[in-house]
Formats: sequence, structure tokens, C-alpha cells
Amino acid sequence: MDKIPILRMGAFLLVTIQVDMHDRLALTLQDDLTNRIVETGARGVLIDISTLQMVDSFIGRMLANIASMSRILDAQTVVVGMQPAVAITLVELGLSLHGVRTALNVERGMELLKAAITPNVDGSAHGAVEA
Amino acid sequence: MSRIGDVLKKHESDLLAEWLKAQMATGFRRDMIGESELQEQSREFLRLLQSATQSEDGDLHQTSSWAPMREMLKRLSRSRAKQGFTPSQTATFVFSFKEPLFNRLRQEHKNDGDGLFRDIWTASELLDKLGLVTTEEFQKGREEFIARQQQEMLELSTPVVKLWDGILALPLIGTLDSARTQVVMESLLQKIVETGSQVAIIDITGVPTVDTLVAQHLIKTVTAARLMGADCVISGIRPQIAQTIVHLGVQLGEVITKASLADAFAQALRGLGLSVGRPATLKV
Amino acid sequence: MALLKHETLPVKTSADIVMVRQMARTWAAELGFGLVDQTKLVTAASELARNTLDYGRGGTVRFEALNDGPRRGLRLIFEDQGPGIPDIELAMRDGYTTGSGLGLGLSGSRRLVNDFEISSRVGEGTRVAITRWK
Repeated sequence: MDKIPILRMGAFLLVTIQVDMHDRLALTLQDDLTNRIVETGARGVLIDISTLQMVDSFIGRMLANIASMSRILDAQTVVVGMQPAVAITLVELGLSLHGVRTALNVERGMELLKAAITPNVDGSAHGAVEA
Repeated sequence: MSRIGDVLKKHESDLLAEWLKAQMATGFRRDMIGESELQEQSREFLRLLQSATQSEDGDLHQTSSWAPMREMLKRLSRSRAKQGFTPSQTATFVFSFKEPLFNRLRQEHKNDGDGLFRDIWTASELLDKLGLVTTEEFQKGREEFIARQQQEMLELSTPVVKLWDGILALPLIGTLDSARTQVVMESLLQKIVETGSQVAIIDITGVPTVDTLVAQHLIKTVTAARLMGADCVISGIRPQIAQTIVHLGVQLGEVITKASLADAFAQALRGLGLSVGRPATLKV
Repeated sequence: MALLKHETLPVKTSADIVMVRQMARTWAAELGFGLVDQTKLVTAASELARNTLDYGRGGTVRFEALNDGPRRGLRLIFEDQGPGIPDIELAMRDGYTTGSGLGLGLSGSRRLVNDFEISSRVGEGTRVAITRWK
């Protein structure tokens, strides 16, 4: 696979990472996403890693970078579907993924994104979990 | 010159007959194994012994010519164990072959005392090793059985319960060791994914003490759950455990704790925007 | 201890890192490791392979499937003829980075495996051996 497809869903962009990415593919994704955010004026990015069987420090950094870059471009990022084995390994590895919001699945992720960009009257957002 | 191979070939039927007689005489458990099954097993043993001694007599455990015999004995040991035989009884299957074999060897060697001694020594060593194969296999079987039981007990003793849609609870009871805690934590995280539950409450009211390793596992679990996008709370920490945690210098960091499971549940409901009320006060 | 099988892979490109991960996953699964243990091993392999490539300027990784009595193990030995690590203790500390990204690779990987051996000589290269037992 040459590139990871980026789908547009209204004001959000959806990325599903299904392959075992080699480093170049990961860097290409970072670039592509930032470009698409600007092109589409997207307010949110949802990254689905539910079929990803491993996240190492490189991929972890990629996710954190995407979150930071998106924020600069006024978009929120949520990473969804992290598998238990991956989470346990990341904790052991000592990777904190600071600044990356996470949700259990695409549905929750969408709720989070919607709440994040249109906060409640009192400024709180339901179900927001920041790693 | 070794006469073992000759004896096994020439006197096959006599050896078999004598051996069977010896086996059935010494406490043969007719209730545990049928006579025809015993005959079949004995015949096979003799046959495998013949073919293995035909080829090069290498070290029993190394050469492939002994592999069929070892496999047969392992199968036999397992089936005898299931039938209720003790490991000694099963090993006796092999050892009882010594007498008929030695008798024949003595006849064959006539006046050759040295030759007889060498053959008896070789045969004895061989049969001892074969007997031990059955005992080792018996051991292995027991160990596997115990491991399976332990695994089952582990799974049974720490069920994850659903308190409400999106709220899971894991009430831990008894002392936790590192291995058990790990297994338990993995299954909790798995359940979180499976049920899509937003909140998981680990209640340790029923845990008398916690050591550093266990405390660290608990913290790791909470962190992992957060990474996955769920909230994880620890409730029911006894005073002694609180003291231990401080004493051991374990950093709870951002782990949220609640005094009781009830408190944790109430907070979880609030977090999900739910509330509990009497029917009269609910607007229709 | 018996060696059940072994194989050596090159670690010269980022595509090689993917191959290393995949072989680690396959062999770990074959040896009967559970999912979490597999993931830990694959992740450690990925970290160390990347170190070998980025810091060690390319090298090899030798896979060894082991049998030690009742338990089975998988050992990965990463070797390179790169610059070597001048201060291993410093490099093993969490959060340490040389800018070329040694970072968490070493200390993190150690936590993911049972046995961890590292030896390095400045100007000659580095060797890291990790083992996970079932």
C-alpha cells in the first residue's frame, strides 16, 4: 500500500490504519493529513487503530505529532480503538502519548470530537478522556 | 556377542506368554484394564523392542530407532494414568519383562558367564530406562493437568461484572500475586473493549494486603485503560493498604481512587450523565 | 539449553524493520506466546531494529527459538558495526536521547523482555540480545 487513505466525513477526517506501517508510510501520513486539514478546513481528525497490533515509539511519536500539528491548525485529534495488548505494552514501554485524546471506538470518538468543537454552555465536554 | 536380539526373535511367543502371566499374577487390576488390551500392549512392546534392537543400539534418548518405542510408552503411560493406575504400576509393565527375558538369556548363554552378565546388564539398563519413560510422562501429565486447573481457577475467581451500560466493576477478593494480577488486568481491559464500557472500577475491598509489584500492576492497568480511552478507578482501599502504598513509596500519580465501590459507581453514573431517582420524581 | 531453529535478517532499510516485526510476531506465535507477550516482543524488536538502523547505521538481527527444559523462549540478537555507545548506563536511562533518537528504545525494550544483554564498543559497534520466555 502506497498511501493510507484519508476519508472525509463532514467536518472531520477519518483515517484507518490497517497495515503494518513502515516509517516512510507513517511520515507520508503525517504530511498528507496536515495538507488535507488545511485543504478541507476540517475541525477534527479521527485515527482508527483498532486493527493495529503494535504501536512502538515511532508510531507513538507520529500520533503525538499529528495531534500537535492538528491543534495548531485548529483541529482536534482523537485516536480510537487501541487494543489492550498495545495499551499494556505502551505503558510498559513508558510512552505516555501526552496530548493525544483517545476513545474506545469510532462512535465515541465522534462524540468526543463533536463535543470538543462545540462545547456545552458551561464549558465542559462529556466523556472527554485525555491520555 | 549379544544374544538379546536373537532371544527376542526366537522366543517371541514364549516370552510374551510368560510376561503376560507375570503381569496378571502380580496384582493385575482386571477392573481397570481388560486382558485383551494388556495382551495388545505387551505384543506391541515386544515388537517395538525387536525392531529397535535390530538397528544400532544407540543411547536410548538420542537415536531415532527408539522413537517409536518412546512414543508408545508415553501413550501407554497417559492412558494408564487415566485408567487410574499409579506410576509404579505402569512402570512395572516394563520391569516385569525382565524375568522372562533374563531366563531365556541364561538358557542361551549356557556356560558363558561373562556373556550372560553383559547381556543382563545391557537388558537391565535398557528396561530401566524404558520404565522411567513411563514415569516421566506420568509426571508431565500431572503438571499439565495442574497448570490447566490453575488457569481455570484464575479465570473463575475474578469475574468482571457489568454494573450498568458502560460501567464495569472488577471486585478482587483475596491476596493478589503478581501473576494473578496480570491475568486479571488483561481480562479487564479485554472486557472494556468488548463491551465498549466507558468506566471500569477495580474494587479491592476484599484484598487484605498489596505489595509493590501488585500496586504497580494496578497502576499500569489504570494507565492502560486511560490510553485506550476509558476511565479506570480504584475503590475500596483499606487503611492498611493506603499505609503500605505510602510506605513503599509507590506513586499513584493520576490514578483516581474512591473510598467505596458505591462512591465510584455514583461518580461513574454522573460522569455518563445519568442519575438514579424515584419514579414519582421522574417526569413522564 | 537447545536451539530449535535460527535465522538472520538484515536490518538495512526501514522496510527491513517491518520484516523483523513480522518474523518476531510469527515466531512468537509459533512458540505459543500469548497475545500480550507477542506484542511486547514485537514492539521491543521494532525499537531495537530501529536503533540498529538509525544509530548503528545498519546491521543484522539473529532470531533464535530456544528450548530450556520445560520452557520455550525467543531470543533476538541485534548487531551492528556502528559508532557504538560511549556510556551505556546513560543511554539506558529513561528519556535519554542523543538527538538521533536512541530515546526510549533501550530502556523501554528492557522492560518488555525477560533477559536483556547489551555490549558496545565505541568505534566498533553494538550488540543487544533480548529474550522472552514462555
